[in-house]
Amino acid sequence: MVDVNKKGDVWVFVESLGSKIEDTSLELVGKARELADELGVKVGAVVIGSDIAGLDERLICCGSDKVYMCQDPLLSHYQVSSYSKVFCDIANKYNPSIILFGATSVGRDLAPRVAARLGAGLSADCTDLQIGSHTDKATGKTYDDILLQICPAFGGNVIATIINYDKWPQMATVREGVMKMPELDRNRKGETIEHKVDLSKEDLVVEILDELVTEKTVDLKGSDVVVAGGAGIGSKEKFKLLWDLANALGGVVGATRPAVDLGYISEEHMIGATGVTVRPSLYIAVGISGALQHQTGMWDSKKIIAINTDPDAAIFDIAHYKIVGDFNEVIPMMIKAIKAKAN
Amino acid sequence: MSYKCVVLIKQVPDTRAITGDAMNDDGTVNRSKLASIPNPDDLHALEVALEIKEKFGATVTAISMGLPEATEVLREALYRGADNAILVTDRRCAGSDTLATSHILSCAIKKVGADIVLCGRHSIDGETAQVGPQIAEFIDAAQITCVGELKGVDGNSITARRVLDNGWQDVKAPLPCLLTVTDQANEPRVGAATRLMKYKNATTAANYDGDVNELKEKNLLIEQYDLDQLGVDLSRVGFEGSPTKINRTQKVILEAKEVKEISPTQEGISAMVKELIEDHSIN
Ligand SMILES: Cc1cc2nc3c(=O)[nH]c(=O)nc-3n(C[C@H](O)[C@H](O)[C@H](O)COP(=O)(O)OP(=O)(O)OC[C@H]3O[C@@H](n4cnc5c(N)ncnc54)[C@H](O)[C@@H]3O)c2cc1C
Ligand SMILES: Nc1ncnc2c1ncn2[C@@H]1O[C@H](COP(=O)(O)O)[C@@H](O)[C@H]1O
Repeated sequence: MVDVNKKGDVWVFVESLGSKIEDTSLELVGKARELADELGVKVGAVVIGSDIAGLDERLICCGSDKVYMCQDPLLSHYQVSSYSKVFCDIANKYNPSIILFGATSVGRDLAPRVAARLGAGLSADCTDLQIGSHTDKATGKTYDDILLQICPAFGGNVIATIINYDKWPQMATVREGVMKMPELDRNRKGETIEHKVDLSKEDLVVEILDELVTEKTVDLKGSDVVVAGGAGIGSKEKFKLLWDLANALGGVVGATRPAVDLGYISEEHMIGATGVTVRPSLYIAVGISGALQHQTGMWDSKKIIAINTDPDAAIFDIAHYKIVGDFNEVIPMMIKAIKAKAN
Repeated sequence: MSYKCVVLIKQVPDTRAITGDAMNDDGTVNRSKLASIPNPDDLHALEVALEIKEKFGATVTAISMGLPEATEVLREALYRGADNAILVTDRRCAGSDTLATSHILSCAIKKVGADIVLCGRHSIDGETAQVGPQIAEFIDAAQITCVGELKGVDGNSITARRVLDNGWQDVKAPLPCLLTVTDQANEPRVGAATRLMKYKNATTAANYDGDVNELKEKNLLIEQYDLDQLGVDLSRVGFEGSPTKINRTQKVILEAKEVKEISPTQEGISAMVKELIEDHSIN
């Protein structure tokens, strides 16, 4: 177990593919910066891989003070055995107080294994992180400057705030897309620390036989306008109307889980508890009832328009503009109005 | 060779059927208002174990940690084809977080021994997807998370396809190995009528008035262990032993925002679009 070290830094585990840093990792660096400033400590970014030269610069521009580079040919592919060994090694050496991972396939695989080895607590899928205090009801003792790990639980029906105060470090995985992307500051200065990796072939426990890595083709998170469709659209053909509207607005198309399950659109378009979280300037919900599992993925949108034939649909509870009507008629009118204004 | 498979099954409230009246005002869930079911992913994990048993030869032991009521999910595992079942129940488990739960379950796994441990990818109440990898660490096993397909077991290794955010990956891992299984892996079978008839009387010793040996002979005994019997480190369990604590919980209250009702006519919609352009929602 790592000692409670209140002066420890705030760390981010950085995921990279080739020479590109995953967006989630940069978002976490942005959040880590806020947390570290509040605590008066530094931000550390840990990069593990075989071909990572140059990534430190970008991480510093995004807000890191220190970048720990763990480079070795054996680290060319992510594996829980080798990566957890390197990560625990470096964590034990520097005693960070907070460690953040993206709630990605890799983060979810690695973070619990690291937490178990460090004997640390880990909260999953956080949607917000804050610094605050906690008073233990039984002892009356107050713990200041601890990490409040805010995450949905019970299928999104409850928001829980998780803390740990007596076992260190404080670890969390964070949902993709919920933290803001930090602005690049090319004049920021930071320190790069080469960490000597001590690995042998035996540390690679599994053999990767074959894999398919697909580029994420839709940029739901990065788009200012999202036009999302639900089961109410009724067919793949009719989904085309949504694409037309999205094109007219320069936006992208999203969907609910049933729309994906029904084959109207591919899975990478799914928004909600099991899909992506978005917060565009404008969200247009079409033929969507507004189940909580969907709402959690979009309710931070600045403006929400809902189009539904059912005046009592739950989506209207969080909408700014309520249009009770059939999308087959409403969407063409919207496209027409947008085109008219554009000219 | 016969492989020893252990499947971890959690009894969970059916959160998919949650409604307002199942929620307490302080944001906790009134579990008594919700049906208790085996965690959905865990049934897919059980199905993978049964597949290993049928194709490669194995014994399948189901383990659950929970209240005595969790016996029900173990009976369900027996209906579907598990060879035996173990309930870990102890008051001192209360308040355990994922790390403490993983410690307890890993002690149970060590006690029975396992080549292959299967659990669900995540539970629908805890939803952390952490218990699997944490157990793998504690029993010093390889791990394959997010399994979407079992490829095979051969000698001292297991091969499976992982389904990932951006694609898939086929990996081969040495035994012992822990798999976390997703709902894409298979279609779980339902209990066979003959097994249902047989195992509906399966129970733990504590719940049986007669001679326990009789139960055992008929293979109807669901073994029950407490933390002492499992050699659990008591400083690592329960509220005190859990590193994470709950600071507070809140019911999700949907904010009522100011809603503007727009008539589904060309004028209504044009006026709305104009507004949105003016406030820069549309550029
Ligand atoms: C564990 C779990 C995780 C989940 N995760 C997600 C998730 O990530 N994302 C997600 O979206 N869901 C998720 N769900 C599913 C979620 O609970 C709802 O079932 C889903 O969001 C409902 O989708 P929908 O609104 O498309 O369909 P429905 O609820 O069927 O609603 C269709 C709507 O279309 C309207 N409609 C019909 N015809 C028209 C028309 N001509 N014009 C206008 N409106 C019309 C109807 O009035 C209705 O309101 C999850 C569920 C579970 C249990
Ligand atoms: N109390 C428990 N008893 C048995 N298995 C459990 C228990 N808690 C978690 N698990 C297993 O761990 C998996 C992941 O759970 P979780 O980390 O809560 O998402 C579940 O799908 C189960 O297979």
